[in-house]
Amino acid sequence: MFFRTEASKLYQMSNPTKIEPQKEISCCFHCGEECKDEILHFDGKEFCCSGCKLVYEVLNENDLCNYYDIAENPGLSQKAISTRDNRFDYLEDKDIVKKMVDFQNGDETHITFSIPLIHCASCIWLLENLHKLNPGIVSGRVDFLKKKVQVKYHQEKISLKELVKLLSGIGYEPAINLADVDKKNVQVTDKKLIYKLAVAGFCFGNMMLFSLPEYFAEAELLGEGFKKTFNYLNVMLALPVFFYAATDYFRSAWLSIRNWAVNMDVPIAIGIVTLFFYSLYDIFLLGNEGYMDTLGGLLFFLLIGKYYQQKTYDSLSFDRDYKSYFPVAVTKLIREEEEVIPLIKLNVGDIIKVRNEELIPADSILLEGEAFIDYSFVTGEEVPVVKKKGELIYAGGRQKRKAILLTVQKSPSQGYLTDLWNNDSFDKEKSTGLESLANRISGKFTFTVLLIALAALVFWVISGNASLGVLAFTSVLIITCPCALAMSTPFTLGNTLRVFGQGKFYLKNSHVIEKLAKIDTVVFDKTGTLTATDQASVKYFGEPLSLESKSLIKAMVNQSTHALSNRINSWLSDVRAVSLIQEVEEITGKGLRTIYKDQEIRLGSAEFVQAKIKDLPKGGNLVFFALEDTVLGYFFIQSGLRKGIEKVVSSIQENKAVHFLSGDQDHERENLKSVFGDQIQMNFNQGPSDKLLYIKNLNKNGAGTLMIGDGLNDAGALRESQVGVAITDKITNFSPASDAIMDASMIGKLPAFMDFTKTSRNIIKTSFGLSFSYNIVGIFFAVQGLVSPVFCAILMPISSISVVLFTTVATNYLAHKRGLKDKIW
Amino acid sequence: MEVIFILIAISLILAGSFLFLFFRAMKSGQFDDNHTPAIRILFDNEIKKKDKKVPSTKSK
Repeated sequence: MFFRTEASKLYQMSNPTKIEPQKEISCCFHCGEECKDEILHFDGKEFCCSGCKLVYEVLNENDLCNYYDIAENPGLSQKAISTRDNRFDYLEDKDIVKKMVDFQNGDETHITFSIPLIHCASCIWLLENLHKLNPGIVSGRVDFLKKKVQVKYHQEKISLKELVKLLSGIGYEPAINLADVDKKNVQVTDKKLIYKLAVAGFCFGNMMLFSLPEYFAEAELLGEGFKKTFNYLNVMLALPVFFYAATDYFRSAWLSIRNWAVNMDVPIAIGIVTLFFYSLYDIFLLGNEGYMDTLGGLLFFLLIGKYYQQKTYDSLSFDRDYKSYFPVAVTKLIREEEEVIPLIKLNVGDIIKVRNEELIPADSILLEGEAFIDYSFVTGEEVPVVKKKGELIYAGGRQKRKAILLTVQKSPSQGYLTDLWNNDSFDKEKSTGLESLANRISGKFTFTVLLIALAALVFWVISGNASLGVLAFTSVLIITCPCALAMSTPFTLGNTLRVFGQGKFYLKNSHVIEKLAKIDTVVFDKTGTLTATDQASVKYFGEPLSLESKSLIKAMVNQSTHALSNRINSWLSDVRAVSLIQEVEEITGKGLRTIYKDQEIRLGSAEFVQAKIKDLPKGGNLVFFALEDTVLGYFFIQSGLRKGIEKVVSSIQENKAVHFLSGDQDHERENLKSVFGDQIQMNFNQGPSDKLLYIKNLNKNGAGTLMIGDGLNDAGALRESQVGVAITDKITNFSPASDAIMDASMIGKLPAFMDFTKTSRNIIKTSFGLSFSYNIVGIFFAVQGLVSPVFCAILMPISSISVVLFTTVATNYLAHKRGLKDKIW
Repeated sequence: MEVIFILIAISLILAGSFLFLFFRAMKSGQFDDNHTPAIRILFDNEIKKKDKKVPSTKSK
């Protein structure tokens, strides 16, 4: 039992949204949420909704109630879960099943589901005990950080559709979207680097042992026979290092030379080749000891640097497009009959049915029903849009409330929004952009080294000592092999990446840091990026509200989940709601109505209350308050700016140009101008493709652009910009493809992060200076032919380790000083 | 001192087999997820169940 509580404690911390159980209010046994609307009693326990109760029933029947012991109230509320029976029908389609499974033979099928709801130890326990729920299931295996579960099952005993239904029935509905079936993107993470690192480490360690007698050559520990054997063993161990561990450097150097450029890997490759062949010559022809141990150590340190530079965030994905958001299937109507078909098979002209909480999969015209579309993932605007019959509805919105009928106008991949991904920006690899600092100096470095080496060779040949000349030539190439130089960049960037990650600013890779340092133009999306839904400003105009009407309004909006109701509700946060006898009636797309003291009270749109007020303010949403037939007043609700955003913008403006892009009309121009000043270029009415073009033009004019956006409609701009940063309120939520993902709460630190990228560059430059000084010392001895294997074996690790220490300490200390990190370590 | 040859052989074979084992562990996915197993080990075995199935540790 002790362990159980430990496990549950661990996970309560990572789940702050859970409401703590209170004594007087009954909480759902399954999900721990307050039982607000109804309390269902079953088995002596209380449940907030039938969904939660159903999950308990299933688990109880199968003797799986351990689930409730591991973590307290482990389930998630089942209220919002659709219970429609045929919604998984598309999983009967053979093509779809084939694309989804990982592995299938005559007997068993393996499939990996992504289940975003996995959040605690209980989830793991239940999903790994699936075989107790259905004998057709062999096993389930959870990857907690990736929020994935791999299920193995016998396809004869349970079909995929039944399996998904079962998972959904116990409260863990898998997220299946178009990307799962569109193409199988099996991510082969770079395991090769780890293999190479292991080989290099193995060989290096053993070579060090065999070279040890050489380091004490004076002491004559062993006889001549041993010396030879050890040298040959070193050669044997050097072979895998040279032919396997070092291959990446050869390939990269060759590619670079073929393009008439010199990157950092060229001098490294030259150094490795010289080390290897000179050592072979030294060992076999001269009978000396060679430099094989240095070669092993060099590769080992270089690969460690390479490995450290990679930092991946398991729970984040940086390359989601609309396909990770769109559904796999859609309900099509064929002669009044409903049929669930895969989205890929949807054609123009088809009639589709979209239900509550379902996504509009293609640009379509509304045929029937009340469309009430929430575009928050696309634009960042939370208030749903009302559409009338015959109006075109763009794909990407989510229908709220009742089902609607639509006729498809464009195929899913050709819509107003999705057409964005057909732009050629998405075809080409995003350019790594500016050349990295290391690559720029490596050209000069390589030529200088070659020049010095040749000069030494010529000098000794002229003075009549050709063999010393060859020794000096190779010594220079060996000693200047830029190990320390090559380590400064990966370690500085790797450390910076980690510092940023701790500050909830997650970068896709380390190239982004160098690109961020070169940014001179920052482009913000307005809705959802500059503005935040929880910062809405509510103003009331009209006859002053008495306390009674305030508490009446509070009581009404309490009953509604509409975004505007929520905002009015929080505006009235210090008012107590009156208790209403009559139910509050919510008319979708219009407003709320109730009867209070025999009078009809209405709260909603102008049309709903028949308001005839002129000179209404523009640029926000209006909610009218009416008693019987008289309109008493109205609320003017504007999406407010994020806290601290003015400071962010003004501090970025100090040395960079700032642009705003917005998909809205320009009625907020004056308002924004008064907050941010008139130095900012503001652009309104920007569609998804316009935003992309805007960035493209900026880039054409030589700007280094940073785009900050949040919705799918910014995807093109995020892609086209040098660095695209997606802002998200919840890191695990959907965010469009980008170079970096930032937690919205950290936006205040954006200028500090951007400044720190410059600091990183300076740290790299300083450590270059450090490693150059080692090189100068080395060259001083090398040109005189004084370099010995022992000298190499000592200088090389010292220089590398001191550079690593310097960059790590400097990065972390400076980050701490700038307030980007709480503790230095 | 000739015994050192045997020792070298043994040490190389030993170190080599560790390398091999590491490779095999990598391939079987032991390092893919290093968080979940830490939680999994805390689950108690059930007592009342007779046919307790131990989930296999291999991914394939």
